[in-house]
Amino acid sequence: MTWLVGAVVFWLAAWAMNVRLAASRFGATRAGRITVAALFGVTLLVLWEGLVRGFAVPTVILPGPSVIGPKIVSSLPILWGDFVQTVIRGALSGFAIGAVAAFVTAIAIDRSPFLQKGLLPVGNFVSALPIVGLAPVLVMWFGFDWQSKAAVVVVMVFFPLLVNMVAGLQATDRLHRDLMETYSASYTQRLLKLRLPAAMPFVFNGLKIAATLALIGAIVAEFFGSPIMGMGFRISTEVGKLALDMVWATIAVAAMAGSVLYGLIALIESRVTFWHPSQRSKSQ
Amino acid sequence: MGRAAPILTVLCGIFVLWYLAAIWMNATWVYDQASRSNTSVTLAQVIPQTMAQERPLLPPPHQVAQVLWDGVTGQAVTSKRSLVYHGYVTLRGTMMGFALGTLLGVALAMAIVRFRVMELSVMPWAIISQTIPIVALAPMILTVSNQIGIDNREVPKAIIAAYLSFFPVLVSMIKGLRSPDQMQLDLLSTYGASEPQTFFKLRLPASLPYFFASLKVAVAAALVGTIIGELPTGAVEGLGARMLIGSQFGEPLIMWAALFAAAILAGGLILIVGWIERAARARMGVPA
Repeated sequence: MTWLVGAVVFWLAAWAMNVRLAASRFGATRAGRITVAALFGVTLLVLWEGLVRGFAVPTVILPGPSVIGPKIVSSLPILWGDFVQTVIRGALSGFAIGAVAAFVTAIAIDRSPFLQKGLLPVGNFVSALPIVGLAPVLVMWFGFDWQSKAAVVVVMVFFPLLVNMVAGLQATDRLHRDLMETYSASYTQRLLKLRLPAAMPFVFNGLKIAATLALIGAIVAEFFGSPIMGMGFRISTEVGKLALDMVWATIAVAAMAGSVLYGLIALIESRVTFWHPSQRSKSQ
Repeated sequence: MGRAAPILTVLCGIFVLWYLAAIWMNATWVYDQASRSNTSVTLAQVIPQTMAQERPLLPPPHQVAQVLWDGVTGQAVTSKRSLVYHGYVTLRGTMMGFALGTLLGVALAMAIVRFRVMELSVMPWAIISQTIPIVALAPMILTVSNQIGIDNREVPKAIIAAYLSFFPVLVSMIKGLRSPDQMQLDLLSTYGASEPQTFFKLRLPASLPYFFASLKVAVAAALVGTIIGELPTGAVEGLGARMLIGSQFGEPLIMWAALFAAAILAGGLILIVGWIERAARARMGVPA
């Protein structure tokens, strides 16, 4: 009971604190925003722990953060092995191959408006399809190891990236194109100096979407067969053993991997597209 | 017609590539069979044989179409072998998750636009929630809801679908509810409009185009979520379960048929949402 009351009191206190912070001048600064968000995150964890303990939820249904935390620390080697297998070998290699393939395809069809008109609607449609369903087929083709996971990721990220890339290459101003014309710039010069940089906001938009898809693809593909390591494998076997603390530990790692990947792409984006209005307003 | 020609060309190109790939990938099996029975086959003999295998590595399009057609019309729609039945199960899960996700997205967006503290505390976590691969949670949501005593398989599927579909709605609705400009807001304040009045007469109508645009993304995401939710259920019903059965029993044709059924379902849902969007826009007097 004390746990329940404690958690609710903490929640109310933190919320009151957040309301005050958000209204204050500190809340408008970057540090203030981070504090408010972090406080909310901590509140969620405390509420979780409090509810689990207060209602005496058995760990086979929902372990609290105080169980999961030590589990992460004690099984670091296993988690690291899974991380390397799924994220680095499966997701990242597939992500890289898919990105390069989409990039090359977009440049290749750049000179043919006919092909672009055909590929854009098809690509848009395909990106909306449940491509995850191809996972069993690709596992059948490429075997159980990371190659099949990378293949799933390639197929999943290719179309969203291609669509964004093609749209990006078309996103130049009339004024800019005319300027290039007056410089009598060649096709390559135009591509390198004007159109590729102008396409970058779109490309990064696509990369951000693809980063999440890549992790989903790599993990789902492991449900259809995998060597005895990998996050998808770990989750499905540990769920079978009702070892939910290990499942949550793996989920925590997956969440961190996803957030770090997203954060990295956002960081590179802010360096590459520093000129874009959405980035300029941030730095002020 | 100007748009149809390029699309058709691309589609034809895909079909040609698909047939070539099917011949190339399935030929190995034909050659193996031939060398086992000590006969030799010419290329002209190989090609027909790659077109009608029982367990092809890559079934050619007409074979997939055949299986798909059999799955839809071959038996009563209530049969466990019918793709219509499994498609309906998946559709039900998708619709529940879609409704749940849309409601959640709209409600959160309203709270975030109204209260600054909500924006500061919830929004970063909403973004982070999408970087978490939900599929990691799927098997666990299923087991947990089983243990709590929810025997209904729809609920966990709908939760996963809702998790994937609320985010696009949330982002678009925030943008939409903030889209009225200062002049419009000022006009309403000269009318002495109360906050609910401003909301219902200005912000909500202004957000509708954004809302419908996000629904298309959300419905596709909900379908993906439902299929993922069906994968670890122990393969009972739904298109995702059919894929798993096809994969585990080495029946690629079942897998491909389920895959295409899912694709057709996705296409249909997107078309329907698009149609509703156009109807709503026409009624609101938005020029097409």
